[in-house]
Formats: sequence, C-alpha cells, structure tokens
Amino acid sequence: MAHGPAKGISRWLFTTNHKDIGTMYLWFSFAMFILGGAFAMIIRAELFQPGMQLVEPAFFNQMTTLHGLVMVFGAIMPSFVGLANWLIPMMIGAPDMALPRMNNWSFWILPPAFLMLASTLFMEGGAPAFGWTFYAPLSTTYAAPSVTFFIFSIHVLGLSSIMGSINIIATVMNMRAPGMTYMKMPLFVWTWLITAFLLVAVMPVLAGAVTMMLMDVHFGTSFFSAAGGGDPVLFQHIFWFFGHPEVYIIILPAFGVVSQIIPAFSRKPLFGYDSMVYATAAIAFLSFIVWAHHMYTVGMPVAGELFFMYATMLIAVPTGVKVFNWITTMWRGALSFETPMLFCIGFLVLFTIGGFTGLMLSIAPADFQYHDSYFVVAHFHYVMVAGAVFSMTAAVYFWLPKWCGKMYNETMGKTHFWISFIGFNITFFPQHFVGLAGMPRRIPDYSLQFADFNMMSSIGAFIYGASQIMFLYNVIATIVAGKPVSDDKVWDGAEGLEWTVATPAPYHTFETPPTIDPAHAHS
Amino acid sequence: MHGAIKKALAGGVVTALATAGSVALAASGGITMDDVNMSPGVTAVGQSIYDLHMWIFWICVVIGVVVFGVMFYSIFAHRKSKGAVPAQFHESTKVEIAWTVVPFLILIGIAIPATSTLLEIYDFDDAEMDILVTGYQWKWKYEYLTEDGENVSFFSNLSTSQTEIYNAEEKNEHYLLEVDEPVVIPVNTKVRFLVTANDVIHSWWVPELAVKKDAVPGFVNETATIAQKEGIYRGQCAELCGKDHGFMPIVVKVVSQEEYAEWIEGKQAEAAQVRELMAQTFTMDELMERGKAVYQRNCLACHGANGEGGVGTAIKGSAIATGELGGHLNTGVNGVPGTAMQAFGGIINDVEMAAVITYQRNAFGNNMGDMVQPIDVFNFKKG
Repeated sequence: MAHGPAKGISRWLFTTNHKDIGTMYLWFSFAMFILGGAFAMIIRAELFQPGMQLVEPAFFNQMTTLHGLVMVFGAIMPSFVGLANWLIPMMIGAPDMALPRMNNWSFWILPPAFLMLASTLFMEGGAPAFGWTFYAPLSTTYAAPSVTFFIFSIHVLGLSSIMGSINIIATVMNMRAPGMTYMKMPLFVWTWLITAFLLVAVMPVLAGAVTMMLMDVHFGTSFFSAAGGGDPVLFQHIFWFFGHPEVYIIILPAFGVVSQIIPAFSRKPLFGYDSMVYATAAIAFLSFIVWAHHMYTVGMPVAGELFFMYATMLIAVPTGVKVFNWITTMWRGALSFETPMLFCIGFLVLFTIGGFTGLMLSIAPADFQYHDSYFVVAHFHYVMVAGAVFSMTAAVYFWLPKWCGKMYNETMGKTHFWISFIGFNITFFPQHFVGLAGMPRRIPDYSLQFADFNMMSSIGAFIYGASQIMFLYNVIATIVAGKPVSDDKVWDGAEGLEWTVATPAPYHTFETPPTIDPAHAHS
Repeated sequence: MHGAIKKALAGGVVTALATAGSVALAASGGITMDDVNMSPGVTAVGQSIYDLHMWIFWICVVIGVVVFGVMFYSIFAHRKSKGAVPAQFHESTKVEIAWTVVPFLILIGIAIPATSTLLEIYDFDDAEMDILVTGYQWKWKYEYLTEDGENVSFFSNLSTSQTEIYNAEEKNEHYLLEVDEPVVIPVNTKVRFLVTANDVIHSWWVPELAVKKDAVPGFVNETATIAQKEGIYRGQCAELCGKDHGFMPIVVKVVSQEEYAEWIEGKQAEAAQVRELMAQTFTMDELMERGKAVYQRNCLACHGANGEGGVGTAIKGSAIATGELGGHLNTGVNGVPGTAMQAFGGIINDVEMAAVITYQRNAFGNNMGDMVQPIDVFNFKKG
C-alpha cells in the first residue's frame, strides 16, 4: 500500500492526487456557485418591483455581468472538471490522471483568477458592466478601467481549462485499463473526452478575442472599432465561435452524468449506448457551425441567416436521440427514486423544455421577436441550471457515499430536490411570458405590465437560492457525521469500475490495472 | 386547426401553465394573452412570425406530451416498489433510426414556413420613405430622409421623471415606455428604417411592428415595416448599451397619411424656424428662458435641478461655468471624454447650446453676466 496524503495545508497546496484535486475543484466551484448566486439574489431583489430600490443601474449591470461570468467560468465548468478528476481515473481503471503536476497547476491558478475578477468590484469605475458576452465596443472603448483585470482573469481561466482538457485527453487516451476499449468506456468518460476536445479548440479563440480587446483598449488598434477600419460585429463572430461550443462544454458532461445515473436507478443498462456516443459527437461537431444564431439581428445577409438557422435546427436531432434513449432506459426498468434519480428526472423534464425553447429560438424570423428578451433568459436558465446544475447536484448525491464512505440524509436530499424544482420553475417559467410580452433582458427596471411575473420570479429565486443552503448543510453533515456505508457498490443498480473499489475510495486506486471482462458490455 | 380555436387553446394552455403554482398570479387576477404571449402586432410580417411561433409551439407541445407521457407512465408503472422486474433490452438500431428520421421530417415541416417568413422579412425593396435611426447612450435620434433634402431630425428621450423611477411619485401607465418626442409614421406605408449607432451597439425593437435590428456604430442596417393600424406602439432598446440601457424606450406613433403629411410639414417649418433663429441675436432674458428649458431636458438628470450636481459635477459655482467662456463652450460642445459628460454639439442645436450655456453661467447664483449667441456657438464649432 502506498503512502497516504500529506498532513496539513501542504497536502492541498502540493497535491498531485486526482481525488484531492477533484475535491478542491468541487469545493471551489461550490463557493463560486454561492457567490454567483448572491449576485443573482441582488438582481432579483432589485427586480422585485418596478422602480429603482436597492442598487443603481450601473451596479446592476456589474451584477448581471459577474453573475454570468462567475456561474459559467467559476461554478459550472470547474465543478465538472472536479467530477472528471475524481471519476475518470476510477472509471477507466487508471491510478491517477496522466499529468498530475499540471493537474495541480490547473486548479491552483483558478482561485487567484477569480480573486482578481471579484476585486474589480472595488476598483474605480466598478467591475465589468458589459454582460458576460462582453460585446465591443461597450467592453473596449466604453469600459471601466477594470476591463484590463477582467481580460487577464479570462486568460488565466482559459489557461486552466486548456491544461485541464489536455490532461483529460491524455488520461483517457493512454491510461485505460487493458480491455477498456473506447466503446466500453462509461458514457461520462466519453462525453468528457469530447468536451475536452471542444475546450482545446475554442479556449484559444476566446483568448484571441480578449487579446484583441486588450490591444484596442491599450495599444491603439481598432479591431472592433469602425472608426479605425475595424468592425464591432467581428467581436461577436469570434466570441460566439467560442461561445456556442462553450454551452456544449457545459452540457455534455451533464449528459454523461445523467447517462450514468438513470441506468443505475432503472436497474437496466443504458439504452442505445452507441447512438449516445455518436449523438454526442454529432452535437460537438454541429456546435462549431451554428454560432451566428446568437446574432440573427446584427444585420446578416439572408443567406447567412438561412445557413445558421438550418444548421441550428439540426442540433435538435441528436439531442432528441439522447432524450429518447434516456426515457427508453427507464422504460420497463425497476425504478426507484433516490435523490440523484429525482434530480436526473428533473433534468430530463426541464432540459427538454429548454430544448424546445431552443428549437423555437433557432428559427431566425421568430428570433427577431425573441432575441435579447427574457424569453432567452428563461431558455438558457432551463438548460444551464436545470440542465447543468441539476445534473451536477445529482452527481454529488450519487457519488458522495463513494467519496466519503458515508450516506447523506435521504429525506433532506429529496426535500432539497422538491424545493429546488419548484423554486426553479417559479423563477424561470414566468420569464418566458414577460419575454414574449416584450421585456428586454439586462434591464434594471421595467414597465408596469411586467410587474406581477417579475415579483413571482424573484420569490422563486429566493426559494431556489435558499434551498442550496440545505444542500450545503446536507453535504457537510454527511462528511462529518453521515451514516457509514461499507458496500463497495453503494447503489444496487450502479455499474462501473468506480463501484468495485472500497468505500470510501482509498487515496490510491487501481495501482495495478483491473481486469475487464471482454464479454462484459460497457457500463 | 381553425385560427380561433387555436388561439383559444393556446390561451387555455398558456394560462393554465401560468396559473399553476403561482400564488402571486392568483392574487393579481386578470391575465390576458398579451401578458403571456407574443403579440401578432399590426403588420403582416408580425402576423406571419406569430403564426410561425404558434406552429412551433404546438409541435413542441405535442412532442412534449408524447415524450413526457411515456416517461411518466414508466415512472408510474415500472417502479421497483411495485415489484417491477427490469427488462434487459438495451439497443435497437431500428428504433434509433426511427427517432432520428422522424424528428428530421418534423424539422423540415418547420423550416419551410420559417424560410418563407424570413424572406418576407428581408424584403426591404420599394420603401416609400426612409428614416435614419441612430442609437446614442441613452436616447434615439430619428432623421427623416426626404428627397428634397429638407431632412427633419430630432432626438427622442425617455420622459419618465426621476421621481417616478426612484419611487417618490406614483408610476404612470406608460412608465419607462414614454418619450418626449415619438417617431411618427403613416399607416399602410412601407417605411424603411436605416439603423445605426453613435457610440456602442444598441438594438431598435418595437414588438408590435415586428422590427428588431441592431444599431452598430459605423455600419448601417436596414429593416422595414408596414403598420396596418393607427396607434401608439412602444418598444425598448434590446442590446445592453451601458448604464441606462433600460431607460431608452422607443415610441412609434402610426397616424393617417394626411395627419402624417401635416406633421412632417410642421416639422419642416420648425426646422426652418430654427435656421432663422440661428441668425438672430437674443436678449439675456430670452436666452435664460430658453436655456432653462434646455437645461431641464438635457442636464438636470446628472447635474441637479439647482446645479448642485449628482452623477455629474456641480455647475453651481463650478470652475467651468464661472471660468472662461471658451472653456465652457468646449465642455458643452465636445463633452468630457472618458466620463458620462457627452459631446452635446451634435445633440442640441446652436440656439439651444447658446441658451443653455448662458443659463448655466447666470443661474444658480453664478451671475457671470455674460451671454452666448447662436453665432458664437457656430463659430466655435467651425474652430
């Protein structure tokens, strides 16, 4: 048996252990989730009633901007990287990640980057206030001086993501146990492998975009200024060439999680494994050729509109395949409804609704009415929150017993689910209505006909926000004083190598590769 | 399905969804379709978009009912607690092909009407009149481009008072959706909007005219509308454009052709009058009176009702307003780069500029005693 973890702070600072690093990613992302959530609470509190009550419009814009940036780059992405760190080596029978020192580095550059981003709040002129999409020239010529710090933190985040993805690609390609062929890998590993390729492809594009901004702000170039021969719309093309794959970077690992959990609680193998892999790859491919559907109103020629509309609509096909496969997995299974399964069913229903509104938004002519309205806000929160965050929550409940050897409180878990589910829908469902009725997004105040639904939305947001405290409590209570679990296989229906190691998972696993039964299908 | 039935059904479903689980709604009472759904508006294009929207909506509802129906049946019937024994089937190429092909066919059913509606929207030809719309932080400028070159142009500012926004006064019916000067267009006329911006990107959106077009600085986009019904239609800037993005509404007044002709004539006469005024010399009292009005419209929000400052610096006793005239003119005409103080030289005319500078130098106890004439502003701008 190899040595255990070092003692004290140096364990965390210098660790190269995939489990420690995974744990740090998960806690860090939860801290960011709380921070981003706090920004959201300020937004919803200001929007509780018409009129300006709590904050000034300039500060409101800083809140919407930071909420988006922190949630996307600080909460959702690192949380799935944390999950990948914990699970990928255990799922493919590897002792650790392929590049453990780089793994340490890719985590530890994140906290300073976010500290820097958060510190912009206290700078003269305030934090970035141009939305998480930071369209030029609002984010260049017209931005507060803190934009330079924003650019630097984006660079660092990008660096962290690229290193993390290289590590995942290297691990999956080189460290699989003998007999673990590609088409035997758990779907979570597959979705992450594809996600990692997306990240390596588009993060440099984002870095390019912010570098061009830096040049425009400080070095007299005019990439995004028509006055100097540039084009503000160029920024949007570059940003969304990154930004659209980015939303699949967020959702594909979530698909992977759901594909692990639904079979476990259906006690039945995942239906259509091969088609799930192909559908994921198809979605990843399509994500590169649909970016301008975020830009239907910028004044594209009609041929461009048609191309991006048709390409975007196509995404519905592989996404539909995934949903159908999940439901067929449940069909004639023996279902039980522990907390992880509840969150996955919640995901299935709400993500599908988000998919429907996504299909509606893909239709260019209709998008002329939906674009930049609250309908869009509702749409992407159905995919981001009920998609990514719900599946992440399911993952924590599902693997937590394996990680810490203790069982969470099931009643509290289920209560957390129901309050989240109800709170989420009260928050975001009415936003479809105000959006269709004409309320633009990113406004600190609104006209009177939107008052009722906004108040409802705010109440829902407070409920949803508060329910996350229960989640935090449940996780900590489990780690500190949960009921011990000793079965390797915590859930009777769970399949996969991570359930063959001891519970709690020892500090080092698979120091000698496991034997994979060649006749055994994928997990 | 018949249009009326379709609408009623849509109303039913949407309203039911809206009411579900919503205590606040129950208390507020009457919800109309306009509160929860897209408006077909007053244009043929708007009607096409609305029909398309409802067509996709119903397709989604049907798919949703089938998919969720199967899922909930499974949740109900295939429970472990009911003693369900799991089947072990896990693949079927036939089924996979079926649920790849069927959605594809449904998409074709959506793409065809979507394409024709898009082409309908992109028809900007044969416009009977052109209006140049320019987005500013945070107001809109409208310029009627006439063939005789007698263009009419004006700015359209939010007219909701700060006291309403900051809750010191009750909010009126059109809170945040009202302007000092609406853009006026004739009914049943194809109006082409040439949309651009002066600073950052804005987006000109009037839902009931089915028009949304980004205003990009340095580029001119085009879009068109034919309003089929007289009335007042309200919209807002749809692209985040900085601090007061939420406070730059759009109001379009659609009037009869005769009324429009009368209005544009009036505006042209007004423009001629301004040109005449430019050549005049005003007395101190006249400048002060005009200046006060200009101040209240353009300066008050930042500099305070008594020049005491606020977002902007104080004018009362300020070094600029009590300093050299040239410096004061420069600040007014060119603004202060890097601050919220805009260059007003292109926003207010020379008469207004002369008046407001004079006002600032002689109001709030500044009592400089000097005045500026329109010709001075004109000469200053010429350099």
